[in-house]
Amino acid sequence: MTVDTVSPPVHTDPPRAPVPRGPDRAIAMFAGKGLTRLLIAVLLVVVCYPLFWILATSFKDQNEFLDKPLWKMPATLHGSNYVDAWTNGRLGHNALNSLLVTVPSLAMILVFGAAAGFALEVMIWRGRSATLLLIVGGIMVPAQIILLPLFTIYFKLGLTNTLWPLIITYVGHGLPLTVFLMATYFRGVPREMFEAATIDGAGIYRMFWSIAVPMVRNGLFTVALLMFFSIWNDLLIALTFNVDKDLQTVQVGLLNFSDEYGSLQYGPLFAAISITVFSTLLVYIFINRQVMRGLTAGSVKG
Amino acid sequence: MESVLGNKKAVAVLLGPALIFFVGVIAVPVVWSFVYSLYTGNVIRGFTFVGMANFTRLWHDPEAHQAFWFTLKYALVVTVGQILLGYALALLYVFVLRRASTLVRTMVFFPVVLPTVSVSLLFSRFFQYAPTDGPINSFLKVIGAQHVDFLSAGGTSFIVLVVMDLWRTQGFYAVLLYAGLVEIPDSVLDAARVDGAGGWRLVRHVVVPMSLPVLFSAVIFSFNSSLKVFDSVLALTRGGPGSDTTPLNLFMYKTSFLSTDYGYGSTIALLITGVCLVVTLAIFRSSRRDLTKG
Repeated sequence: MTVDTVSPPVHTDPPRAPVPRGPDRAIAMFAGKGLTRLLIAVLLVVVCYPLFWILATSFKDQNEFLDKPLWKMPATLHGSNYVDAWTNGRLGHNALNSLLVTVPSLAMILVFGAAAGFALEVMIWRGRSATLLLIVGGIMVPAQIILLPLFTIYFKLGLTNTLWPLIITYVGHGLPLTVFLMATYFRGVPREMFEAATIDGAGIYRMFWSIAVPMVRNGLFTVALLMFFSIWNDLLIALTFNVDKDLQTVQVGLLNFSDEYGSLQYGPLFAAISITVFSTLLVYIFINRQVMRGLTAGSVKG
Repeated sequence: MESVLGNKKAVAVLLGPALIFFVGVIAVPVVWSFVYSLYTGNVIRGFTFVGMANFTRLWHDPEAHQAFWFTLKYALVVTVGQILLGYALALLYVFVLRRASTLVRTMVFFPVVLPTVSVSLLFSRFFQYAPTDGPINSFLKVIGAQHVDFLSAGGTSFIVLVVMDLWRTQGFYAVLLYAGLVEIPDSVLDAARVDGAGGWRLVRHVVVPMSLPVLFSAVIFSFNSSLKVFDSVLALTRGGPGSDTTPLNLFMYKTSFLSTDYGYGSTIALLITGVCLVVTLAIFRSSRRDLTKG
């Protein structure tokens, strides 16, 4: 190493962190971007291919199932599978049952849950925190432990061959989480709102319905979605209380479908899976922003 | 003000319905279940008091042992998978895709809302072996491997089950953990970057410690729900072959409704509840200790 004494010190900009020059940098960025793109592509294939496959397969006829590999695309589209699944496979009938269970359950969960959340969080009375704690403790109770006693109760009350056991169980099982979340949402409403309403002469029910509920509308919607999916997709409770074939929900029907029918007739089975999967997806696509917002806002902080 | 918000009658009216459902559907049945565990029989045949016999039976029942260990194995594997995959996805959303992640987030969340029964039927066909190969076996053949009858053996059934449940749930845990990651203030990240932490070091020393609370709640949530696995097993394998993939929940269901032994069924349900409680408390305590240390 030689020491240069000739050249005078030149004042330059302070040295910067080494930045890769033109082409290097481009390659680094390209590799980064390429890798990211590849990762996303893999991710989307993993998520979407099974869904696409089920849709494509649902249009095949019986011979194609037995003779051709299952990953091949259908030669012609057999829409009749869908008609078969809906009518002979009783999917339409079961969907009606699911609807008859889900709608009243959801309505009761929301109304009772919001009212209880309001009474426990906004109203002032002795023992309210103990009551809230007791109800919230219900979140930890697994469904399995309440099934057998409930079965006995419904049997004794003569409700066994109706849809009531399902509705009552869903409401009772869904309420603890709903009350907890609603109480949390009401906590976020400024107290001054309720004070102002009192001064303006609003009664307690009016305050609840016209002021408190609209203020937590977003929260209410999030809870509704959460509860909708958990009730609609439930198998354990529906299987336990639905002995009668005429009262089967979609999930129970689908489970039996694969036993009695699906092993012989692939087309209707795939069509039935397709219908349940894509109708749920459709619902989700319409409301997914709300789902994401609710999940990222409320669930973690509690 | 006080008189309106302290209206006792209004409290009763607003809280009443929820309280009735809570007591009738949760509180009374939980106590009732404890009582059932001391009996044998069912609602139609009638019950006989047997004292602690159900608990002794549970202790010595090889089928119960198998179900217990299967549940723990499943819960452990699925929890680790859900948290690792979910966290990797959350990091991808926050640090690589950033604002452009909305679409990917939405798509990866798709499977979460799908009915488990449908997904199970879909996967059992996807991994199909007979009468014709499904896409997975066709793929194995293309790359020159043997095709496998996945659902005919306990080990491979377990693999399909885990793969399916991770496929189903990873989007949920990704969003849950994403919510924790976006809450880390930018100033902290910038400060760390100025100090020279980048890439892996940034994740390890700054991001992970700062998202620890969310990570722990995700672990509790994940472990708790995987201990209660039911739908996916029932629809995919029926607990078989034999009882190789039977978790406690399905074992309880079979005992109660196929063998109609409510007393023993309730005892198994108590065991499930106990396991959930113990696991939750254990994770909770260890997380608190770690948090105060770090």
